[in-house]
Amino acid sequence: MANFYLKSFNKEEKQLEPKKSTVDFILNYSKALKVTKYEDIQFETLLN
Amino acid sequence: MKDYAISDAVLVTNYINGSEGALATLIERHKQRIYSFIYSKVFDRDVSEDIFQDTFIKVIKTLKSGKYNEEGKFLPWVMRIAHNLVIDHFRKGNRMPKFEDNGEFSIFSVISDGDLNAEKKLIKGQVEEDLRMLIQELPEDQKEVLVMRMYRDMSFKEISEKTGVSINTALGRMRYALINLRKVIEKNNIVLTN
Repeated sequence: MANFYLKSFNKEEKQLEPKKSTVDFILNYSKALKVTKYEDIQFETLLN
Repeated sequence: MKDYAISDAVLVTNYINGSEGALATLIERHKQRIYSFIYSKVFDRDVSEDIFQDTFIKVIKTLKSGKYNEEGKFLPWVMRIAHNLVIDHFRKGNRMPKFEDNGEFSIFSVISDGDLNAEKKLIKGQVEEDLRMLIQELPEDQKEVLVMRMYRDMSFKEISEKTGVSINTALGRMRYALINLRKVIEKNNIVLTN
C-alpha cells in the first residue's frame, strides 16, 4: 500500500499528454455543439 | 504560472464569441498539466483519456451555455472539473464491475451473482472470527473505541460523548488500536484476507 502512494513518476511519465485523437474529438465536438436558448429553456444540438 | 501573449481570459471570451481556434489554443496550452493530473490519480491511460475528454465536454457545454463566470481562473476551474470527474470515476468503480482487457474475454469477469461462494463464505467467517479474537487482546480503552467505530458504526463525535473523552483522544485510541492490531497480525503471521 505504501508503495502505491509513494509511487514516483519517471521523467517520461511526467510529460504525459492526451492522444491527438482525443483532442481532435473535443475540438470536433465543440464545432458541432450548438446551444440554443428559448425563453428559460436551453437546447443542445449536435450538428454532425 | 506562465505569461502568455494572449491570456486565458481573453481566449475564453473569444471562444464564447465563436472562435473555435481559441479553444484549440487553450487545450494545447493546458492539456499536459490537466492530463498528467488525471493520470496521477487513476494510473490508467485509457481512463485518463476518457476523463480528459469528459472534462472538456463539460467545459465546452458550460462556456457555450453562458454559465461560466470569470471570477476564478480558467485552469483551476478546469482542474476542479477534472478532479470531480476523477472522484465520480472511483465512485462508479465501487459500484460497477470493471472489465480489464487482458486479451482473453471471460463473461465471468463482468458478470457474477454478487454472492460469495461457499468456500469464500467459510474463509470470510474464519477471518472475522480471528479478527474478533485479536480485538479482545487490545487494551480496554482502545477496544472500546474500535468496537464502537467499526461494529456499531458510531461517529467519533458520538464515541467521545459516550466514553467521556475528547474527539482527539478517541481518534488517538482508534489509531493505536489499529497499530497494535497490525503489530499482533505481523508478529504472528496471521493472514486476514480471502
